[in-house]
Amino acid sequence: MGHTLFEKIWSRHVVHELPDGSVLLYIDRHLVHEVTSPQAFEGMRLSGRNIRRPELTFSTMDHNVATTEDRLDIKDPISKAQVDALEENCNDFGVSLFGLGDPHQGIVHVIGPEMGITLPGLTIVCGDSHTSTHGAFGALAFGIGTSEVEHVLVTQTLKQHEPGTYKVEFTGRLSPHVFSKDMVLKLIGTIGTAGGAGHVFEYCGEAVRSLSMEARMSMCNMSIEGGARAGMIAPDDTTIQYITGIDRPYAPTGAALDRAIAYWRSLPTDEDAEFDRTISIDAASLVPQVTWGTNPGMVIDIDQPVPGPDAGGIYSRTDVENALEYIGLTPGTRMTDVPVDVVFIGSCTNSRIEDLRQAAAVMEGRKKADHVELLVVPGSDQVRRQAEAEGLDRIFKAAGGEWRYAGCSMCLGMNPDQLRPQQRCASTSNRNFEGRQGKGGRTHLVSPEMAAAAAVAGKFVDIRKWLDR
Amino acid sequence: MTPFTQHTGIVATLNRSNVDTDQIIPKQFLKSIKRTGYGPNAFFDWRYGADGSPDPDFELNHPRFKGRSILVARNNFGCGSSREHAVWALAQDGYAVIIAPWKAAGGTRLPAYADIFRSNAMKNGLLLIELAEEEVNVIFALVERYEGLEATVDLPEQKIIFLAPEHVIYGFDIEASDKAQLIGGLDDIDLTLQYESEIGRFEQQHDPFLSPPE
Ligand code: SF4
Repeated sequence: MGHTLFEKIWSRHVVHELPDGSVLLYIDRHLVHEVTSPQAFEGMRLSGRNIRRPELTFSTMDHNVATTEDRLDIKDPISKAQVDALEENCNDFGVSLFGLGDPHQGIVHVIGPEMGITLPGLTIVCGDSHTSTHGAFGALAFGIGTSEVEHVLVTQTLKQHEPGTYKVEFTGRLSPHVFSKDMVLKLIGTIGTAGGAGHVFEYCGEAVRSLSMEARMSMCNMSIEGGARAGMIAPDDTTIQYITGIDRPYAPTGAALDRAIAYWRSLPTDEDAEFDRTISIDAASLVPQVTWGTNPGMVIDIDQPVPGPDAGGIYSRTDVENALEYIGLTPGTRMTDVPVDVVFIGSCTNSRIEDLRQAAAVMEGRKKADHVELLVVPGSDQVRRQAEAEGLDRIFKAAGGEWRYAGCSMCLGMNPDQLRPQQRCASTSNRNFEGRQGKGGRTHLVSPEMAAAAAVAGKFVDIRKWLDR
Repeated sequence: MTPFTQHTGIVATLNRSNVDTDQIIPKQFLKSIKRTGYGPNAFFDWRYGADGSPDPDFELNHPRFKGRSILVARNNFGCGSSREHAVWALAQDGYAVIIAPWKAAGGTRLPAYADIFRSNAMKNGLLLIELAEEEVNVIFALVERYEGLEATVDLPEQKIIFLAPEHVIYGFDIEASDKAQLIGGLDDIDLTLQYESEIGRFEQQHDPFLSPPE
């Protein structure tokens, strides 16, 4: 029997099979950010242990940093202590740091691929659940906790039980104005936020093959929202073109690249491989998605009404009642009648150059509605510079929006970018949990085009009809 | 890690599914570089009102749950962010055991806990027990019926005994290695370092193009 993409990478990274059936898995790349790492470095110090392969760990500052012009001067002393701690830890242990002000600084899941740190066939971990993003390259990439961060620093391995495989097929081709964000939201809406638990998604099918790398990253990014530890897409010409098309400082070159490409070409799932679970979704029939509730599985087509507690499906009556109360919507409401206060375009889901181009195309020559606050935050400093070179920043500013420096920003509001209680936000991020973007804030997840259109219209719109008006 | 064998304590209920780690410990508390001090901020947004005093409407603030150390919730507990701070907050807020149900959905079994949360809990000696939905429903009813209901969790025996007149006892499953690690209070990194020479050998044969260029 053949092997899946996941199985091929997994078997190549097993250092040792442990008596209980789990394995020690070798980790090729370890990404670190300021929030989930300080206690791990501290743990190493306290136990007198050292880092095993410092050259395989890369770090940046993203969660906590301000995104305004004066960001280098961190005013919050607690944030500053955390950023300083990362700098000191990286210095002490010999880890590369792309810190504030560095041209490679940015959201950890944006800069890894950008610099060629993320490559097909690797195992990649980070103390961050959205590490699943890197699976877009055909890598096995997953989030870990802080104790595991320390474990990787010291041993370059992790103890893991082999997860199940889950084939997620998207047949047909997407209609205009429907994106990979809509595909993955539809998936989560169908299987629920625990639907993929204990499994690794492998996305495949015609609609996935035709996606760009940016779009694939948005999709894999949200695998964790479907409960899966990781999501992967087999490498193909699109992947190789992305890696080799421009200079990526950590990607192989010359003979090493030739060998690497040969390896990458061997990774796709064999014809006769079997998955533990499968689901198939018709991509051609998908329409833009918008979440109505307080987890990413509470999602509807933009032209459907908000469900009520009796709607049945994957959420209980209590779940739906709690969600509706928090989000301040009544059953039967059409989302296209719901006004927004804030629009956030950013996060490791949708802050890459292609996302910003899509949002800018909708905004060009238009203005945001007066009552709307519009925040556009590029995922990395490199994305910022490229967007500025293309004039996208001018489009957002002319529309009345704020153009910021790179960071997580209002995706989780650890920095000053937060929703106020009851503010309603159209957001391109990945989590609409209670309080995620600010205590009492109400988040609706959408694609960059849908977010941009909501900023202009001052309410949610069906982008397909709105653009063709 | 402190070894875990038996624990007896008051049972508290939180009737919610998909409790995410943002809810267990909100972002503003993630700025700390310490491992301690998270307890009073567990469930912060639900727990405290706008003026900072405990919100009487939040289930876990109910006086009947004073001194509780066993938390019973619904399916998919600990989903979302990988933050281990969520486990630190629960443990430091006095919880030693969490109980939640797996759930059947469309022919598949959805686990009680999200994957990363489960592994974080293990690393900190917080015992996660997965029961059937009917069993958890019975526990919710017992807690409702008997104020101050206590239970004894016996890890070696893999049993939880509710100290109610009905004398309800449930068995639970746990990976043998997880059980051994919890009972022994063993350190994960020490366990792995026993295989240091295997790791070294692996590194020598691991294909170099998987490593970044020098
Ligand atoms: S952008 Fe949001 S989801 Fe992504 S790493 Fe930052 S906080 Fe996490």
